[in-house]
Amino acid sequence: MSLTLLYVQTLNGLQLGILLFLIAAGLTLVFGVMDFINLAHGVQYMVGAYLAAMFAAMTGSFFLGLVLALASALVFGLVLEFLVFRHLYSRDHLDQVLATFGIILFLNQAVKLIWGAAPLSVPIPDVLTGSVRLMDGLLYPVYRLAIIGSGLAIALGLGILVSRTRIGMLVRAGATNAPMVSALGVDIGKLFMIVFGFGAMLAGFAGAMVAPVLSVEPGMGDNLLILTFVVIVIGGIGSVRGAFIAAILVGLVDTLGRSFGPALLAAIMNPSAASQAGRALAPMLIYILMAAVLFFRPAGLFPVRK
Amino acid sequence: MEKAVTHIPETVAPPAFIRREGVPLILFALLLLAPFVARFFAESYLLALFSRTMIFAIAALSLDLILGYGALVSFGHAAFLGFGAYGVGILAAHGVSEASLQLPLALASSALFALVTGALSLRTKGVYFIMITLAFGQMAFFLAVSLAAYGGDDGMTLPSRSRLFGFDVLEDDRALYFLILLALLGSYLVSRAIVMSRFGRVIRGARENPQRMAAIGFPLFRYQLTMYVIAGTMCGLAGFLLANQTGFVSPAYMTWQRSGELIVMVVLGGLGSLHGAILGAAAFLLLEEWLSGFTEHWKMIFGPFLVLVVLFARGGLLGAFRRLGIGGAR
Amino acid sequence: MFAKPTSAKTKLMLPALALLLATGAASAQEKLKVGFMVTLSGPPAVLGQQARNGFQLAVKQLGGKLGGLDAEVIVVDDELKPDVAVGKVKGLLDRDKVNFVVGPIFSNVLLAIHKPVVDSETFLISPNAGTSNFAGAQCHPNFFVTSYQNDQNHEVLGKYAQDKGYKKVFLMAPNYQAGRDSLAGFKRHFKGEVVGEVYTPLNQLDFSAELAQLAASKPDAFFTFMPGGLGVNLVRQYRQAGLANTIPFLSAFTVDESTLPAQKDAALGFFGGANWAPDMKNPASEAFVKAYEAEFKAVPGTYAMQAYDAALLIDAAVKSAGGKLDNKDAIRAGLRKADFPSLRGKFKMGANGYPVQDFYLVQAIARPDGLYATSLRQKVFEDYVDVYAKDCKMAK
Repeated sequence: MSLTLLYVQTLNGLQLGILLFLIAAGLTLVFGVMDFINLAHGVQYMVGAYLAAMFAAMTGSFFLGLVLALASALVFGLVLEFLVFRHLYSRDHLDQVLATFGIILFLNQAVKLIWGAAPLSVPIPDVLTGSVRLMDGLLYPVYRLAIIGSGLAIALGLGILVSRTRIGMLVRAGATNAPMVSALGVDIGKLFMIVFGFGAMLAGFAGAMVAPVLSVEPGMGDNLLILTFVVIVIGGIGSVRGAFIAAILVGLVDTLGRSFGPALLAAIMNPSAASQAGRALAPMLIYILMAAVLFFRPAGLFPVRK
Repeated sequence: MEKAVTHIPETVAPPAFIRREGVPLILFALLLLAPFVARFFAESYLLALFSRTMIFAIAALSLDLILGYGALVSFGHAAFLGFGAYGVGILAAHGVSEASLQLPLALASSALFALVTGALSLRTKGVYFIMITLAFGQMAFFLAVSLAAYGGDDGMTLPSRSRLFGFDVLEDDRALYFLILLALLGSYLVSRAIVMSRFGRVIRGARENPQRMAAIGFPLFRYQLTMYVIAGTMCGLAGFLLANQTGFVSPAYMTWQRSGELIVMVVLGGLGSLHGAILGAAAFLLLEEWLSGFTEHWKMIFGPFLVLVVLFARGGLLGAFRRLGIGGAR
Repeated sequence: MFAKPTSAKTKLMLPALALLLATGAASAQEKLKVGFMVTLSGPPAVLGQQARNGFQLAVKQLGGKLGGLDAEVIVVDDELKPDVAVGKVKGLLDRDKVNFVVGPIFSNVLLAIHKPVVDSETFLISPNAGTSNFAGAQCHPNFFVTSYQNDQNHEVLGKYAQDKGYKKVFLMAPNYQAGRDSLAGFKRHFKGEVVGEVYTPLNQLDFSAELAQLAASKPDAFFTFMPGGLGVNLVRQYRQAGLANTIPFLSAFTVDESTLPAQKDAALGFFGGANWAPDMKNPASEAFVKAYEAEFKAVPGTYAMQAYDAALLIDAAVKSAGGKLDNKDAIRAGLRKADFPSLRGKFKMGANGYPVQDFYLVQAIARPDGLYATSLRQKVFEDYVDVYAKDCKMAK
């Protein structure tokens, strides 16, 4: 019984990890290649979810909605890039923090004005509504398998894109030494624009994919943003592989710690103290993990060599 | 804290002096006059608004010490606000409302937290430093949330403001206002003394070229850690005052959003000038108050305003002033 | 439910209301000012909007007057930050010189603004938050609540589970004060076995791990308190995990008119506890629901109802004091008497300033018009006095 539960919880941990990776992938690219702290990544994820909700309701089809949401997330990202971000690439991190903080304030309010403050939802597409039986009395929705599948596909695709293609080579080179790439005659402005647009689209994709599972509401990206930063920092900024492994690690530590931590603590202290300590520690776990990783490896697990 | 160690060269000619010290002089003169003007309007509201502004000015000032002068971007600075505030709250919950006990506890716990987390965080650089300070800030936040005996997530109301040696003088809003003003002036003068001292020059040198400063033989880690502890303690003072001003202690004082707002205040005002941080805190809070009076959707104005400041006013508000010919060099 | 134009609507309404007030002000000698402080930013903004809409609807229906005096309602957002709330409430008291403060939604904001308001001899009327401390030992003659004591809705489910004969329950709530109070409230009347008691972090997104634990412990029923977006996530995931068909879902503040528009079919049949539901059978309530839906294109929840009642309570109290706002004692007596036609049918103000009222089991339904709402199922408590009232030293 308890072993089954362990398997199920491990699966849940993997699933949370993949969800985090979906959001972190775009951020680590933008951060790594452009050395740009984009606090607005979380609101771009939110906008993706809202767009998916709107288009899915308009067209009546989740997949059509997804495609339209992706396209408009890309356009939206490029507009943001044109208006704000491209003027900030050469600025220091703090200017970027201030400007993207302003964008967060604006967009969180804007979605409330456009779509209302009440949470929205997107129905699960019909072909993916089934479920598999995991254990006695517990079903696992096929849609969640689809999320896991799409996360793995993105991880694989990005891996190939970054390590095997010319644009990937430029991206890697840009992450290591952007001025040198520029000196070699590559239009760095265009490269940055492509990477940024791509990152925005990935954020939008993550938002659209989770919309059938999580509630779509103003500010939904704010707390995830911090989790995402935790993931890319543990992984090593700019490393897609690092982000993937760190996301899985964070997902597992969080889920397993939450579900088995109190029981483990109860083995070494009295039950009420264990439950107290468990409750206090559970939300801190991933931050403790990050602090520990950075203590031993100050540039993350897979540092990109500079 | 109120050692008035200023390093104003006495031979400076008046125009240069005004250019150099104009902004801070005007700022403090306005803050000194504010309560007398406030008497003719909604006094306790205006006093509360300006008191709150000055408290965040102290917090922003302390962040500027490490952020502006040391290029150490702490994303967990609000934790110290919490330590300061809980120093008041926890003792008050046990019936101790004496400032001469609460203040030392508030400052000592902030300093200790700064010492421990600073020692661990300063091993990392750049963005990794930002994130590890965030991690410690979040741990402090969740710790406060789990303190069920002290209100947990809801926080707790203080039975009274702190008493000064048994006297309840601080119950008067004006007295509290002047205490906060004094604390701000003291923090400002101490900070100036620090950044102009040899110690401060080393920190600034490390901002420009850490390898070189280390090569010259300065134990940079120890210098930076000292600065981090000073900044944390000063922010603890702000937390002590915040608890008294609001009469309330809550984990909401230490969220990561609050840490982010402190960074925004410093950058908005202008990095590395001390009075820029005060200006930034004032601009941030007063704009928020003013705009939110107009419309519920004030963030749709405030957000783009921040973006415009970054795009067009390099060096924050102070940079903009400087280009307009007001205020002087750093 | 998409692209709901509520905010646009309210924006249109505000100037109209202001105009109404401005024209009336010229003739009136005295004016009544209400500071209305709720949370209007962040994810919980929807609750604050419901309350604001409910209150403004009442004022509008009373012809822009409260207690016969021209009323000015100043709406402020507490941003769910206690220190911001303290600053703004001082502005209401001192700059705007309001006669009543109505608010807030959340308990932590209430704890922060309570002292400044009641100390200034202004009446504080909470349309939602009702903490245990102010119901008991720290009760105050200037503080009134039109909602409930926080524990009560949870007690409804505990009592129901006990009466229904459930032997084993699994409990889950967010890890904060209200969450702990919620489960304590449930256990006050439930005497069976608690096979699991889980506290989740406040920003938790995914409940897979907890639902697995829940399924593994095979309870007779599940009780939870997951307000706002948390509830939307939990309800849909509960349904998707196939648990909805096997383990009854009992909840408080999890399945209501603020979350149902997003939960939709996933929440159908789920239970909650409340002091009112939109299908309550009395003329006042039916008229209110109709007017609210026409005005705001959404189904009102208890947040809107309680704020509406708060306006009626003020109206009745000021009338009973003959419109003399300076006569605090007379107004206080009026507030205690609470002689107004509550949407709940019957309503009594308890000695501690908290309501004495009936509580019901409610269930989520889909209405014929395609909207979702809660519906009354059975009365669980009659004239229920909160358990802290006995600690209140205030004489009636």
